[in-house]
Amino acid sequence: MVLARPEVAEAPAGDAGPRGRNPWRGKASPRGAAVRAALLALPVAFFTLFFAYPVLSIVGRGLRVGDSWHLGRIAEVAGRSDILGVLWFTLWQALASTLLTLLIALPGAYVLARLDFPGKQLLRAVVTVPFVLPTVVAGTAFLALLGRGGLLDALWGVRLDTTVWAILLAHVFFNYAVVVRTVGGLWAQLDPRQEEAARVLGAGRLTAWRRVTLPALAPAVAAAALMVFLFTFTSFGVVQILGGPAYSTLEVEIYRQTAQVLDLSTAAVLTLVQFAAVGAILAVHARTVRRRETALRLVDPSHTAHRPRGAAQRALLGSVLATVGLLIAAPLAVLVQRSFDGPGGYGLVYYRALQSAEASGGTFLVPPLQAVWNSLQYALAATAIALLVGSLAAAALALPRTASGKASAAGRVVRGFDALLMLPLGVSAVTVGFGFLITLDEPPLDLRTSWILVPLAQALVGVPFVVRTMLPVLRAVDARLREAAAVLGASPLRAWREVDLPLVRRALLVAAGFAFAVSLGEFGATVFIARPDNPTLPVAVARLLGRPGELNYGQAMALSTILMLVCAAALLLLDRLRPDRSAGEF
Amino acid sequence: MLVLEGATVRFGRRAALDAVDLEVADHELVCVLGPSGSGKSTLLRAVAGLQPLDGGRVLLGGADQAGVPVHRRGVGLMFQDHQLFPQRDVGGNVAFGLRMHGVPKGERRLRVEELLELVGLPGAARRAVGELSGGEQQRVALARALAPRPRLLMLDEPLGQLDRTLRERLVVELRAVFRRLGTTVLAVTHDQGEAFALADRVVVMRDGRVAQSGTPRDVWQRPASEFVARFLGFANVVPATVTGGTAATPWGGVPVPAGSPQGACRLLVRPSAVRIGPSCAGLPCVVESLTFRGHHVAVRLRPHGAPPLEAECGVGDAPEPGAEVGAVFAAGDVVVLRPGDGG
Repeated sequence: MVLARPEVAEAPAGDAGPRGRNPWRGKASPRGAAVRAALLALPVAFFTLFFAYPVLSIVGRGLRVGDSWHLGRIAEVAGRSDILGVLWFTLWQALASTLLTLLIALPGAYVLARLDFPGKQLLRAVVTVPFVLPTVVAGTAFLALLGRGGLLDALWGVRLDTTVWAILLAHVFFNYAVVVRTVGGLWAQLDPRQEEAARVLGAGRLTAWRRVTLPALAPAVAAAALMVFLFTFTSFGVVQILGGPAYSTLEVEIYRQTAQVLDLSTAAVLTLVQFAAVGAILAVHARTVRRRETALRLVDPSHTAHRPRGAAQRALLGSVLATVGLLIAAPLAVLVQRSFDGPGGYGLVYYRALQSAEASGGTFLVPPLQAVWNSLQYALAATAIALLVGSLAAAALALPRTASGKASAAGRVVRGFDALLMLPLGVSAVTVGFGFLITLDEPPLDLRTSWILVPLAQALVGVPFVVRTMLPVLRAVDARLREAAAVLGASPLRAWREVDLPLVRRALLVAAGFAFAVSLGEFGATVFIARPDNPTLPVAVARLLGRPGELNYGQAMALSTILMLVCAAALLLLDRLRPDRSAGEF
Repeated sequence: MLVLEGATVRFGRRAALDAVDLEVADHELVCVLGPSGSGKSTLLRAVAGLQPLDGGRVLLGGADQAGVPVHRRGVGLMFQDHQLFPQRDVGGNVAFGLRMHGVPKGERRLRVEELLELVGLPGAARRAVGELSGGEQQRVALARALAPRPRLLMLDEPLGQLDRTLRERLVVELRAVFRRLGTTVLAVTHDQGEAFALADRVVVMRDGRVAQSGTPRDVWQRPASEFVARFLGFANVVPATVTGGTAATPWGGVPVPAGSPQGACRLLVRPSAVRIGPSCAGLPCVVESLTFRGHHVAVRLRPHGAPPLEAECGVGDAPEPGAEVGAVFAAGDVVVLRPGDGG
């Protein structure tokens, strides 16, 4: 569950200033190209070795018999009615989730952007929590709310856990923050005076909004919609837990084919299908981002909000608060409540059971609580890797464009690599995980028994976050600050250390926080490569949920609560460190 | 101190600097004046080494600077919008160059205090740059540029973003500071008032070339071309033919100073050369508009069948708009410009 930041805030307010027309920026030099190549060496090697190689190997293994390719398999599998069914479901649930999320979250974006009310910061924090939550926890929380023995079941006998509604609602739960942060982030920075100007020129309130604000917001809405679509299209943990046997997305089907049916060739075909679909989505996304590079007049968001005025705005605020309460706060609250609700009344029964392998009911070889430490260690290592690879890539991409500008071949390569970095978000994590297992198991790279395997896979999804966070900040560093340092006697390296580093340090911390949260929650790949005696939190939760019995269920709730707290702590730390708005809106 | 020989910089096919020759002597205060896009800033960047030359040479203290990186040239540059380091306080900004040059800490602190004193911000070292006013930022930028004692200090539109009163005060202060320190200064600006008030010598640039160079008084009194005259704000420039002591112009005969070159030329008639009298004498005009300028009034005259004419007169003598008046020319404030230079 990942988010690419739309490049809305990339041009900070006032960017139309001298730098915009500075003709000296980015004159081509062979040295620049060499520096870029050197910076890109490690990221390229990382992605080749730990992404392209495993994925291509597993696809190859599925489509080859002996020495010959069986491309006919593609048409054969893609034509199967059950596969077509999966494809159709994947597509329409993603569309429905996206529309539902937009419908529910856009009023929230407005309220958080333009209204000022007590508890606004708290509301902002609450809607962001799901965003860093592992999919497994979200699935568990909705199970506690809507599932068998869940809150609704206990109160009214209503169960939604094997219906598509549970999936859709969980997707809204997750992606609410995507829309609020992306669209609301821009909305808060749009100059209200633009709308006022339209009003003065004779436009009604609604016309002014439709003609002035909506066009300015449209690219952000489109970007948010695309990201939501991408996440829901590749949804795994949520559907795995809430979908039951009736519903499965491509990603779930890939997992089933790989891990349960052991039909590698079908899995390979499905991976290719998903890859193609995600490639198409990313291409559309790249286009909308580029279209958005029109300069918007952005202002300090702290000046654009006002107290709710009139009944309509108050009603809107009320309904947004109610929605957030029902959709986001309630599942999390129920999750926590369930974790304490033992057979003999409220208590720490389930938490205690986590402390030893025997008490936990024999699901694990080690005490489930061990998973907390495993997860933290893995996530830390993954964060370090993602930061290293992502920062190098961002630094290379942030180098000034070449002389002939966007049309140049080098520019295309850079943009291409930029898009390539996003691919791990969309390529089946299950495929990556399984690919790791079958490719990195022989010399010279035998990592099968090495603990580093899990962090490497988790870092793959962390890198896009790091790049998305760092890139706008790096690009926003005024080249002339560096020049000022040079004139004062700083060598290029010294100027970078003295000028760039202090400015990006906070962005680096934010990137680290996101990479950490994403690594902590990574499930699709980890479920394959985490060793049975070293499960991570999400893997342990999923395993507990896969077993029958009150004790396992309760322990899953307890572990999920712990995971949620760890993530919330990471988020809290993040919000404290959040640099100014130039650092990207997640 | 600084010598430019045929310095050329091209952006694509456009030459931002077109074979510029320029010299700045030790302790001299030179101001490059020109409209935006005339290549002034490129000139500074080329000297600083921020902009590679496509041709020609830059010499500092007699040494060719080709291949000398920016940070080893020992020049100072004050950027147009200051470019103070946002994450450092005032003291950190001023001390930056000193740190780069390995000045020990104690000495740094003393020098920072001394410089802040000099620019009129004593005790401001701990303040954040974000909370400074425009004028204060400008002073900090100046202190930061002066701190490493550059052999040549360059100023890019040093006072461009400040309001008028502050600007007028700072020009005087800056000049005093540079005199006292004996700093060699090369400044660029598009504001003639600033250039004339600041500089020992003014260099007017146009399209990457030097259009005129001289003392402020020289340039003001004897603009070398129609371009320079118009850039200095003179509107009364017309084609003319000089014969003896009189020039034939669309406004009729205008007396020219003795010894003016003969033949076809462009003629500048300063507003102060136009005397407004009763309509019976001189060139008959209608008063089109008046602009109050404080000590005098600028009068725009519309002669019958000739280009408009700018005149000036005392506040008490100003005619009414629409009045019929006569314009008489005085030779003292008429300048024969070099021919063949459009503008």
